[in-house]
Amino acid sequence: MLKESMKMAWSNIIHNKMRSFLTVLGVLIGVSSIIALITIVQGATGSITSQISSLGADKITIQAMGTRLKQGLNENDLVQLSRVNNVSGVSPTVSGKTSLVYDRNVKTGVSVEGKNEVYFKKESDILARGRGVNILDVNNKNSIAVIGYDLAKELFFGTEPVGQQILINGNTVTLVGVLNESSGSILGSTNNTVIMPYTSAMKTLGVRNITSVDVYMSDANESESITNDLTTILNSAFNYRENTFSVLNMQNIIDVIGNITGMLTLLLAGIASISLLVGGIGIMNMMLVSVTERTTEIGLRKALGAEPAQIQLQFLIESIFISLFGGILGLILGIIIALSAAVIMDFTFTITAWTIILAVGFSAAVGTIFGLAPARKASRLNPIDALRHV
Amino acid sequence: MSEILNMLDIVKCYFLDAEELVVLNKINLKINEGEFVSILGPSGSGKSTLMNIIGCLDVPTSGKYILANNDVEDLDEKELARIRNREIGFVFQSFQLLQRLTALENVELPMIYAGVSPENRHKRAAEILGRVGLADKMNNYPNQLSGGQQQRVAIARSVVTEPTILLADEPTGALDQKTGQQIMQLFKELNDEGRTIIMITHDTNIARYSKRIVNILDGCLNEGAVS
Ligand SMILES: Nc1ncnc2c1ncn2[C@@H]1O[C@H](COP(=O)(O)OP(=O)(O)O)[C@@H](O)[C@H]1O
Ligand SMILES: [Mg+2]
Repeated sequence: MLKESMKMAWSNIIHNKMRSFLTVLGVLIGVSSIIALITIVQGATGSITSQISSLGADKITIQAMGTRLKQGLNENDLVQLSRVNNVSGVSPTVSGKTSLVYDRNVKTGVSVEGKNEVYFKKESDILARGRGVNILDVNNKNSIAVIGYDLAKELFFGTEPVGQQILINGNTVTLVGVLNESSGSILGSTNNTVIMPYTSAMKTLGVRNITSVDVYMSDANESESITNDLTTILNSAFNYRENTFSVLNMQNIIDVIGNITGMLTLLLAGIASISLLVGGIGIMNMMLVSVTERTTEIGLRKALGAEPAQIQLQFLIESIFISLFGGILGLILGIIIALSAAVIMDFTFTITAWTIILAVGFSAAVGTIFGLAPARKASRLNPIDALRHV
Repeated sequence: MSEILNMLDIVKCYFLDAEELVVLNKINLKINEGEFVSILGPSGSGKSTLMNIIGCLDVPTSGKYILANNDVEDLDEKELARIRNREIGFVFQSFQLLQRLTALENVELPMIYAGVSPENRHKRAAEILGRVGLADKMNNYPNQLSGGQQQRVAIARSVVTEPTILLADEPTGALDQKTGQQIMQLFKELNDEGRTIIMITHDTNIARYSKRIVNILDGCLNEGAVS
């Protein structure tokens, strides 16, 4: 009987091609806009989040402008910061621009950064060859450096830089390692940078204070308590003066973005659902017209022995077919829209099984809900009245 | 011969704005297997109302109606649908074929609701269409058939499930005289093969084809002459 009902429903859909198409279109627009909006928002969120994560989701960055008397952090402050619970290490960043000389090649305005052993341990994948900065380099202010990818290529033309000596701001420095090519982030890349032990860098660049520190967390879930502890130390280091430092927690930013985009997804899906609702009303309208048009047919079928439930099933299947059809086409169109958006807006397109289930399930539900009333109406028609209706 | 239909004091009233209209007034009718009965009466006498009750499309206001050993009063919607499917084959004045289906598919319709398998449906429908002389028109749509041919399809549809009663309401009403006579000839043949037929008509000439005539006037039945 189910197969027969499907056959009959299909034949009716085919018979009223234009009307069926327009009704399908209503559902299609609703479903495709839901799919496209959800996928685009999720894709864009993913790309923003991963960009922020690439800056270090396990990292808290301190910027310490300091007071007039104390312009930045000292060794003692660093030790205190590294002792905070769930902190696995701290790495100061000293940076400046200076000249660099190798074999009669002079390059000015080269970015020099000072880091410590923690940085090379945590960011283990940045090193291509040789070694990074170790604790002895830091303690002994060794005149060594690690050279960025592009800079190495430019100065050494393919010969091995490791072991060579260069002049940084007039000081002789031995190169001990080469960095990997960096794809860069919104904060720039290390490709044209030379990294030295921060103690040596401070000497070379003439920097007296540490104004930037990366704090590595062993447990990113504790970022809030860590942030509080760091703030306490910094407050006491700068005599509780205002605007002397900032503590930037990537996880906080990611969480906030996640909240905003989550709300945005709900809002957009809600708006798109309205169009699906309109599509559902379209189905109901079509089915009501169809029932009225086919009153005589319903009467005849009843006279020939169709039970009310069988009539109801036939009409219900018809509306479910229409909306499922719209749902599947809407899914395809939604994916196409989202794919185009992914290419244009440059994020990675992903579609979850959940989204597909949502689209198909939603449209089947719409077909059932909005088809039920017309189908019931059809099943309850009085056969005599129906047969008399011409 | 066994009795297949028994009506006892059937009354049908319509209530229009508190005014009672008695359309059938204490109808008593017994029909045995194999009969060919005409219910003859002028327009408005209550023929169609009676036919709707016989065909279980409508229920009487009062009285008892036994069809093939079922008291129709006791049946619900679903059981009434089954009774119509098994016991009654309808032939209407306006044929009532579905325009979107071929002759063969139209004949298959009642078998769908009887739960017959598709293969058996095709076979049986083709057989019966051959029997009414439409072997070469099986795949035609109703609008590709003449009135007489359409009524033959409708008759094929009415007997394809081997119902207890073939119930026809003015079956020749929409046909010219000659075609009408051919259709009546077909009814006669079907009756000769043992099928019970109840036919409703206002035309005495058409009623003559049956073996028994029951007159109806203003909702009252009168047994008439046997031809
Ligand atoms: N649903 C109805 N409501 C009110 N009156 C009806 C209804 N159906 C039929 N009638 C009346 O019942 C009478 C008999 O009708 P019907 O059985 O169709 O007669 P016939 O078929 O013999 O022409 C008519 O007077 C008609 O107006
Ligand atoms: Mg009538």
